[in-house]
Amino acid sequence: MLGAAETMESESKMIELQHIDKTFTGKEASVEALKDVSLSVRKGEIFGIIGYSGAGKSTLVRIINLLEKSTAGSVAVDGQELTALNNRKLRRVRRNIGMVFQHFSLLPSRNVFDNIAFPLKYSGKNKAEIARKVNELLKLVELADKAAAYPSQLSGGQKQRVAIARALAADPKVLLCDEATSALDPQTTLSILKLIKRVNRQLGITVVIITHEMAVIKEICDRVAVMENGRIVEMGDVFDVFSQPAQAITQKFIDTTTTLHRIHDLIFQQSQVVALKEGELLLKLQYAQRSVSTPLVSFVSRTYGIDLNILFGSIEMIGDSHLGGMVVIASGDRGKIEQALAYLKSIHIGIEVLKGV
Amino acid sequence: MFDWFVLLAPNVMKKFPEMIKCTGQTLYMMALSGAIAFAIGLSLGVVLTATRKGGIWENMPIYTVLDKLINLFRSIPFIILLAALIPLTRAVVGTAIGTAGAILPLVFGTVPFFSRQVESALLQLDSGLVEAAQSMGVSPMGIIFRVYLKEGIPGIVRVTTITMVSLVGLTAMAGAVGGGGLGDFAIRYGHQRNQVDITYATVVVLLILVSILQGLGTLIIKKTTH
Repeated sequence: MLGAAETMESESKMIELQHIDKTFTGKEASVEALKDVSLSVRKGEIFGIIGYSGAGKSTLVRIINLLEKSTAGSVAVDGQELTALNNRKLRRVRRNIGMVFQHFSLLPSRNVFDNIAFPLKYSGKNKAEIARKVNELLKLVELADKAAAYPSQLSGGQKQRVAIARALAADPKVLLCDEATSALDPQTTLSILKLIKRVNRQLGITVVIITHEMAVIKEICDRVAVMENGRIVEMGDVFDVFSQPAQAITQKFIDTTTTLHRIHDLIFQQSQVVALKEGELLLKLQYAQRSVSTPLVSFVSRTYGIDLNILFGSIEMIGDSHLGGMVVIASGDRGKIEQALAYLKSIHIGIEVLKGV
Repeated sequence: MFDWFVLLAPNVMKKFPEMIKCTGQTLYMMALSGAIAFAIGLSLGVVLTATRKGGIWENMPIYTVLDKLINLFRSIPFIILLAALIPLTRAVVGTAIGTAGAILPLVFGTVPFFSRQVESALLQLDSGLVEAAQSMGVSPMGIIFRVYLKEGIPGIVRVTTITMVSLVGLTAMAGAVGGGGLGDFAIRYGHQRNQVDITYATVVVLLILVSILQGLGTLIIKKTTH
């Protein structure tokens, strides 16, 4: 029997993976693709899984709809355990889990309309109902004028829109995106991410996104899991994970979108830029906690009478909080600088003294 | 107005009615054995694709047996197959000679080749399509009919064209069991009676036949590829 609290908790979860192992056995060697992976995705959230290729993230997303069968562990979607289902029941459950792929996987001999209608055929819906649903979806993905076009006539972004419409045709509760934007250019990526976010907000569909791009996570995800060598090494709110990364790999992903780490190269090369004068400090300031926007640099320099020379800056918004920071040279009276640093610490700015004279 | 033709190919003109009859026999053999081989070969090709490792109905025993059987039959030269199948043909068709007697060997000679071709055409389909269909909850049977046999049409037409063209060659050999047809016609008159113009005329008819088959195949592929 479940206690009241546990019932509440399981009700807010859409996907629950527990202790998943997956080993691919080959003739000569076996590969442990997933090792003791547990995660839960809440109803209605956008959950990101980031990792380099070979980290096991594509296998993990296929475990959720059992396109891959786990070697051990349990998979529950919307409160239903899937690993025990027979094939027929599993196929019915899969209709509740839409999936989009990196290379779109549209059926080339069918036009856009028939591609979107594909999962609806033999689902008990009549022609008029199917047509209504497809037209509705075409409008949602903003391709109402392309119903008769064939996939080969579409751009990559349009193809992925069709694939998303097709994945939504059977009114799923979950949308799995396997590297859905990895074959697209940055501009198109952004528009697809916006569409996914709109689908998530408008239809209340829980979304799981697999990616190797930090930008995707920052753009739309609520929570994130970082994968390395078949394990989840870090998991939590996107802001928490990326403002205070605990793992080297997480830091690497952050470095792909900021320029702050380049200061270390400059210091190593003893560049003129970082040559300090007497009394100056080279500092790295980083937002460490969710904080509201404040005029930080001008406030500090005005209040404490010191100068902050910004060398690098990389600040982004995650939700309504700052993420990132800057590298500055602080010059002025050492006592004043210390006071300014104390103030910054008090408003939860992380401070790292990179070099001082 | 056919004077020049009579001069150029005297024997062809004399044997013209028989040539028409033999062309009919060739077309009959091709149509019947082609239709039977198409149905069987397509089914076996689908079974090969579905039961192979990683297929939608992975079943190594079935795949292995089928695979070896196909290799066995493909390694038998057709002229030997014709002779070897005589008892079976007699049991099934009632006669081992004549056009009717040629059908069974032609089917046996075509099916293994065609099954392999269908298998390779289906394997060339993007495996992502099958995975996508699976993710939508489509059953293995649904995948066969809605993905393999629909999305695979251009590939299947391509290998059917190749097979039909090679079937033209096989029907010519079927003359050896008295199957009649253009091959038999060319050997009997062109070769054995040294009426060379008959041999060349036969080649021209076969060339036209092959061109029509290839043209038809190309047209269908063009119409079904988007």
